[in-house]
Parts: sequence; C-alpha cells; structure tokens
Amino acid sequence: MAEQTLSRPAAARMRASPSRLGAAMRRNGAGYLFLAPWLLGFFLLTLGPALASLYLSFTDFDLLTTPEFIGAQNYVRMVTQDPKFAASMKVTLLYVLLSVPLKLAFALAVAMLLNRGMQGLPVYRAIFYLPSLLGTSVAIAVLWRQLFASDGLVNSLLAQIGIEGPSWISNPNYSLYTLVVLSVWQFGSPMIIFLAGLRQIPTDMYEAASLDGASPTRQFLRITLPLLSPVVFFNLVIQTIEAFKAFTPAFIISGGSGGPINSTLFYTLYLYQEAFGYFRMGYASALAWVLVIIIAIFTAISFLSTKYWVHHDD
Amino acid sequence: MATRIELKRVEKRYGAFDVIRGIDLEIKPGAFTVFVGPSGCGKSTLLRMIAGLETISDGDLLIDDERMNDVAAAKRGIAMVFQSYALYPHMSVYKNLAFGLETAGYPRAEVDRRVRAAAETLQITDYLQRKPRALSGGQRQRVAIGRSIVRDPRIFLFDEPLSNLDAELRVQMRVEISKMHERLGNTMIYVTHDQVEAMTMADQIVVLRGGKVMQVGSPLELYNAPANEFVAGFIGSPKMNFMPVKTEGDGVMLAGQRLQVGHALTAAPGTPLTLGIRPEHISVGGEGASLGDGRVELVEHLGGSTVLHVRPAGDRNALAVVLPGQQPCRTGDTVPMRVDPAKCHLFNPDGSALRH
Repeated sequence: MAEQTLSRPAAARMRASPSRLGAAMRRNGAGYLFLAPWLLGFFLLTLGPALASLYLSFTDFDLLTTPEFIGAQNYVRMVTQDPKFAASMKVTLLYVLLSVPLKLAFALAVAMLLNRGMQGLPVYRAIFYLPSLLGTSVAIAVLWRQLFASDGLVNSLLAQIGIEGPSWISNPNYSLYTLVVLSVWQFGSPMIIFLAGLRQIPTDMYEAASLDGASPTRQFLRITLPLLSPVVFFNLVIQTIEAFKAFTPAFIISGGSGGPINSTLFYTLYLYQEAFGYFRMGYASALAWVLVIIIAIFTAISFLSTKYWVHHDD
Repeated sequence: MATRIELKRVEKRYGAFDVIRGIDLEIKPGAFTVFVGPSGCGKSTLLRMIAGLETISDGDLLIDDERMNDVAAAKRGIAMVFQSYALYPHMSVYKNLAFGLETAGYPRAEVDRRVRAAAETLQITDYLQRKPRALSGGQRQRVAIGRSIVRDPRIFLFDEPLSNLDAELRVQMRVEISKMHERLGNTMIYVTHDQVEAMTMADQIVVLRGGKVMQVGSPLELYNAPANEFVAGFIGSPKMNFMPVKTEGDGVMLAGQRLQVGHALTAAPGTPLTLGIRPEHISVGGEGASLGDGRVELVEHLGGSTVLHVRPAGDRNALAVVLPGQQPCRTGDTVPMRVDPAKCHLFNPDGSALRH
C-alpha cells in the first residue's frame, strides 16, 4: 500500500536499488509473461528479419552460399541496369494512382447510400463487406481470371448487347485495368470506415444547411467531405499502402509472370520473382527496402498535406 | 410587415404513432410565441414541421395565407436556431455566418456587409476568424443567432436554444433574444420545456401535451385562468397545489370544512372536483377562508420569499406555501392557512376548469 502511494521522484529513487528492481520484476513478472508471445513474435519474426533483410540488401546472397558483402551495388544496379525495376515500378504506380481513388470514391458512394437510414442495414453492410474478406484470396483471383477471360462472363454479357470484347487479361492494354476493377470491388473495408464516419456527422448540420438553401451537392462538398476528411485521410493512407503491397491478384491472373509483356508486373511480383525465381535474395532485399522507402515517402506526403485539407475537430 | 402563420388540423404520424394530433393554431404577425410542454409533447416536432424539416402528415400550414406544406425548407423564409447550435465546425465564425448568403448567391460585398452588421449587433466581431470550437457556449449561441439574423428571414424559430447554457448565461441570453424581437419585430416561435422562459419571453404561450394544444394565451391568461388542470400545474413555480373536494351548496367540502369559493357552482351536491390553489395565494393567518391548520415539514429560505411545505391535519398531501420576505417559521410549527376564495381554481374530474 505504502509503495503505491509514493510520489514519482521517490519511486524513481527506489527503482535504482537492485533489491527494488527484483521486487519490481516480481511484482510485474506476470505482466511481462503475458507480453512474451508478442515480444517474441515482434523481435524474432518482424524486427529481426527486417534488420536481416536490410543487411542482406548490401550483399550477394543465393540462399545456399554465405552472403557476400557488395556495398550498394544492388541499389546501383536497380537504377542503372534493370529495366524491369523501372517497368514494375511504373505498373505499380499506375495501379496505385488508379485503384486507390476509384476504390475510395466507390466505397464512399456505397457508404452514403447505406447511410440513408434503410432497413436491414446490418445485412447489406455484411454483404458489401464480403468481397473484402474474399478479395485477396487465391480463389477470387482465379474467379476473376474466369470472368475476364476471352470466353468469360464479361464478354458473354457484352456479346448480348452486340459488343465483342477483347481478352481482357491476356491483352497488355487491358490486363492492369482488370486488376484495378478487382481492387475497386474490394471496397468493403474503407466503406465500413466511411459509414462509421458519416454517422458521426450530426444530422442538424444538414438541417441547418438545408434551411440555408444548400443543395445536396453543396451539402456534400461543403459539409460531408470536410467533416469526413479525417476518415478520408485514414482510408487514403491505408489503401495506398495496401495497393503498393498488392501481390496475389497479379500473381494468379498472370500465372506468376507479370505478363502479358510485364503489363501486370507489380513491384512485389517482380521482387518475388527475383527472390524465389532466381534466388537473388540480396537484390530482392534491396527491392523490398526501396519499396519501404517509397511507401514512407507517399505516407509522409499524405501527412504533410493534411494541413491543407483535413479538418480536425479537437 | 411581419408574417402570419396558421396551422389547420395539422397532424404528424410516424407509422401508427401519432405525434401531433390535429393542431389548430394562429400565430399573429410579429408575435413572440412560445411552445411549451413536457418532453415528448411534440413541441419540437411542431416547430420542425413549420421549418420544413419534417413533413406534415395531414392538415395545412399557411404562412401569410400561402400553403407551405410542400414548399422546401429554404424557400419558406425561415431561420432556425438549433439546440446544439449546429455550427459548421470546420468553418470560421465568419464562414458560418456567410454560408447561407453565399449559397443564395449574394455578391461578396453584400455578404461581408451583412455578416459584419450581425457580428456587430451580437458583439462577436472579435471572434469572426475563430473556429466554433474556440468559442464558449455563450459565444457559440450568439453565432447561431447571428447565422439566423444575416439571412433576414420572415420568421425566426428557436428550438430550446438556451438549454446548453449555464443559469446565469441563460438569463442573459433570454433578455437578449427578447430585445432582438423588440428591435426586429419579426414573427418568432420559441420552443422550451422551461415554463419560466415561456412566461418571461412570450407574447403568446402554446401549452402542448401529447401532441395536442392544451391552451393558448398570454402568460398572465395562462396563470390567472388555466383552462385545465395540466396547464394549471405546468405554469407557475412552485407548482399549484391540488386537493380533492366535493361540492356542497355553493361551496366545496375540504377535509370536513366548508370552503366558500368564488365560483357559481351548479353541480349536484357531492360531485367530486379538484381544488387548485397556487402556493403564493395561501397565507398564514390573516384574512380569507380557512384551509385548516397544518404542520410545517420543511422551510426553504430564498431571501426574497420563504417556501413552506405544510402538511394539513388529516391524511392529506403536503401543500406548498410561498410567503413574501423572510419568515420566522421553523420545521414542526403549526400554522393556520388561509386563502382568498377568488383565487381558488376548480377542475372537473376530466381535468377541465370550471369558469368563474
């Protein structure tokens, strides 16, 4: 009891003595024990491998022989001698720039529809969320391949209205866009977050605006969007990171090749090929760290931009 | 010329649930009308129906003799002050005030002129660049009122605008709103559950209960001649005392004593009625008809007046008695209660008042 009522400086003095340290360990031991699985997981499975890969990115390593330190050669090669690095970066950036805004816009539109106080909302919410749970799975990617194949469902529907569709996934002009559509289809998770955000906006805000004569469009632009901006920002950051990391759909739909003609060669797919196709672990590690830096830059830009468009009501 | 509002058999239903049940009401041009009643009586719903924020299930809403049921809220020439103020949190005070004018397409110079004039009137000029979150409750309230003034509406509606303010500020804002009404002369409707607000501000009070109008009248009409037991109990503080009585000739029997009331009673002897007496109309000793002796159970010294809770002899409810000034009464004292018969109210078993 007396220990618990000590002032902070007094407690700090006590902590210095070894017997007190032991007492503290005894007192908090159970807590650390409960923390242990997470601590082990974090140090052994996340931080450890991450630091190891940072080291490996400066080596030549084929998994079988000892890593050989080669300085910054991997990074130099990336920017000077590797056209596939540039190609995959281009594909990924295009994918991010297309899929993220489209997905967010679609998610917001659905959230606004669902927010109109309809009956059975929980059911619709669950149904619309379902693709997000399934979306990144192999099964859906396979399904997508069937849908957009030259004799797939999409083309047979188009044929009904007299349009002869191309083979979407084997045509380099369209293949990336089928993946963008797949990504937009997985709008559930940002939609749920938008819906929660929309419900936070007091209805009297809209009532005041409608008495002020504001049209629905003006209410959306001047009230909904500004008040939702923290949620938009959150979704933007999360979805951008997700889009940079996208891998499964491209892997399945292109059969792991990133084809046709590298049109779906996502950065992560290229990284995977280098690591597990050619066993160039050092080079793949360097690719991974470049991706980390690029994501960090995008995230930092997003954060820096908040003061111009995100409204915080604190 | 101020605006006249008329409601004809107005009803509001949510599914099978009737919220407003056939209200007929005329609001005179330039009047300050207060809708008052307990929570759930439909006063806010009625206000929102006039504003155009709720649809009207049945009946007609006329503003200056024009049917407004299907006219959009923005086109009714109405401004409303919300209980929550409903200020746009992401806009500065200036932008909040300007939003409606900009929406209506006023030129920038005119918007600026009106915003600054309203800010000047409400003494919020210094805060124009602040966001609402940087304002106190009272300042937010002023901004909300300012937002209604700038648009120069025909009608002002207030939905419990002072309920989020502390007592002192509430009194101050009450005075300011009354002054604003005097200055502008517009038709104003004010919703509150606080009968003191209603009494102090209104030209005309509409007492509502269960979606029906209980009585319409000036504050003193409601106080002096309540149409029914509900209004009698709702208006006035402390509440009117009610006692069950039976008629006896041209008086009533109360606890074995015959009380001569100022009513011409035509009911058969022995008819049960309810006698209502305001606490401030009971005196201790002195002139008037006797209400019998009672034992003081509690004394509340308010300085300017003294409130006694007195239990009369027999098994009757305690009566509240308000005496002027500071009285030397103590708990346990026995006091003789008197009342001026002309100030007694009598109510039928259905609650309606017997008229003098």
